[in-house]
Amino acid sequence: MPAVSVDRRRAFPGGGPVPPPATRAAGGRGWILLVLGTLLAAVALLNAMIGAVPLPAEVVVASLAERVGISLEAAVTDQQAAVLWAIRLPRIALAGVVGAALALCGAVMQGIFRNPLAEPGIIGVSSGAALGAVVAILAGGSFTGGYLAAFSIPLAAFVGALVATTAVYLTARHEGRTEVVTLVLCGIAVSAIAGAGVGLAQFVADDDELRSIVFWTLGSVSGARWRDLLVILPLVVVGSAVAIRLAAALNLLVLGEREARYLGVSTEQVRLTLIVVCALVTGAAVAVAGIVGFVGLVVPHLVRLAMGPDHELLLPASTLAGAALLLLADLAARTVAAPAELPLGVVTALIGGPFFFWLLRRARRDQGAWG
Amino acid sequence: MTSLIADRVSYHIGARALVDDVSLTIHPGRLHAVVGPNGAGKTTLLRLLTGDLEPDTGEVRLGDRPLQQWRPREAARQRAVLSQQVVLQFAFTVTQVVEMGRAPYRDRDTPAEVARAVAEALAATDIAHLANRSYPTLSGGERRRADLARVLAQHTPVVLLDEPTAALDVHHQDLVLTVARKLADRGGCAVVAVLHDLNLAAAYADRIAVLADGQLRADAPPSEALDAELLSEVYRHRMVVIEDPVHGGPLVLPSRGRSHLPVPSEQGTMAPERGGPDRCLTRADRWGRVVRADDSARRVDEASMGSAR
Repeated sequence: MPAVSVDRRRAFPGGGPVPPPATRAAGGRGWILLVLGTLLAAVALLNAMIGAVPLPAEVVVASLAERVGISLEAAVTDQQAAVLWAIRLPRIALAGVVGAALALCGAVMQGIFRNPLAEPGIIGVSSGAALGAVVAILAGGSFTGGYLAAFSIPLAAFVGALVATTAVYLTARHEGRTEVVTLVLCGIAVSAIAGAGVGLAQFVADDDELRSIVFWTLGSVSGARWRDLLVILPLVVVGSAVAIRLAAALNLLVLGEREARYLGVSTEQVRLTLIVVCALVTGAAVAVAGIVGFVGLVVPHLVRLAMGPDHELLLPASTLAGAALLLLADLAARTVAAPAELPLGVVTALIGGPFFFWLLRRARRDQGAWG
Repeated sequence: MTSLIADRVSYHIGARALVDDVSLTIHPGRLHAVVGPNGAGKTTLLRLLTGDLEPDTGEVRLGDRPLQQWRPREAARQRAVLSQQVVLQFAFTVTQVVEMGRAPYRDRDTPAEVARAVAEALAATDIAHLANRSYPTLSGGERRRADLARVLAQHTPVVLLDEPTAALDVHHQDLVLTVARKLADRGGCAVVAVLHDLNLAAAYADRIAVLADGQLRADAPPSEALDAELLSEVYRHRMVVIEDPVHGGPLVLPSRGRSHLPVPSEQGTMAPERGGPDRCLTRADRWGRVVRADDSARRVDEASMGSAR
């Protein structure tokens, strides 16, 4: 046995001791974010190019430039422009924003709960949203329905997310304070109740409804339209701005609630703000894309492993990395089995799960900490 | 200079008083130890002093105002707290953890000031060599010192330490309490330290508060507060107090399982009595004379007084 484990260690790509993350330096931070931003742009470009109608890079760039009034050499046909602007770009934008939202909320939740296994779903957001969506589907909405139906499901999901989170937070509150363990347990209870509701709905649903429910719970950004972005983009932008402003306080919260208070943080206020932000942002993301697992859990870990746990860097970096990762996952979802499409949630879980194993083992070994 | 005053504070859970009508003044330039058996309410008292808990009756004043009137950030510039245990799940480096001590000054600190405060704190706690290590990989003693460095970096006139020496070896116990001593002597800080080791309290503190069942049983300089009779009663364990032969001051010797024998005695050989708190306790004092528990305190005191003269 020992010999085997030694071999396995060697087999890890990039194994061996990782130098501890250096102390934060403003220059270094800007540089990392620049790299991630470039990576995100590259992945987005890749997503725009690949598909049933291949679009060369120069066509994509030329068409984008045309919109902002710069005329380039490359000729763009009407068909190419239509594919790009009506199909690819909305989907890219939506996948990016959803990925950013989930990763940001994952990082924030792991900080608030001082627990690297936390994810947005822990406060009941996902299960509440699922119940809301399922109720809307049963009530007559459907992904293939009309304009009203298209909005009724996201709206119901959003409301469900908020109701569940509020219920969790209020039941966990005691004498003006909230204990983390109580919060997690209340989250589990609410998730169980919502899960039962979803199960019951699946039980009474007819075949079409069942299909819609399953489709929704597996997550997808297919059929994205620009107007979906109107729902989610403002929330994600404002939410990440608020969260990043509170990043320093979040660092102190990770040290412990009392420690944070001793260091001058109004802990209850900071935590309530961040939970509300996460509920809104995750709720919006789940509402437009269904349940996309693992992004919120894995991305912050990945970022922490690369650049340390300082939230002032972790939050913006997770936002960018989450967007890039979900774009890659969506690219895989629509190309691997083309012309069929895999559910996005299945792809993220399939890639994320094994990767997470590796990440955990490596982090445990090198840093003596989960993450 | 800021002092910290508890004025007749009580704190209850249900009908049980964890802290019962305690008044305590922590003066600038003093190291005030709080001792007492497990469950005596030491940590609860400390949490009342930090403002973490609000007293049911009485009030705690930090400087000129009641604690509740301080805004969190202002309070954080006045008092720093070392908790009994800090659990950090994420791989922050020691430097990052110590930098967190500067959080209350975020709006006015320059990077150079932060770096200097951190470097000083690391040097004072003898962990400069650990600066880039990941906190969760440190040993218990190293973590404790990193936590203390964070508290030092906070540069506050009032410092509260909850069992700062727990999990530390003798050398680092001395290091930590010497740091606390310096804070009081050179920094003019008002320092409170909850300690389990009575002899550490005796050696470093200016005053010792003895807490038992939530009540303040003594609050005096070590030689007065460490009264054998009082200690034996509150700890429900026989103790004798002799003069420390090396450093002077009181030295508390609790009865240990088998250590009270063998004793040369006029009653011949004595079988060790095992068990209960009332077991016979005899000891040899520093001149090899036998001291009995019943009147040990007095005799040893007399003996040590004699030698002092």
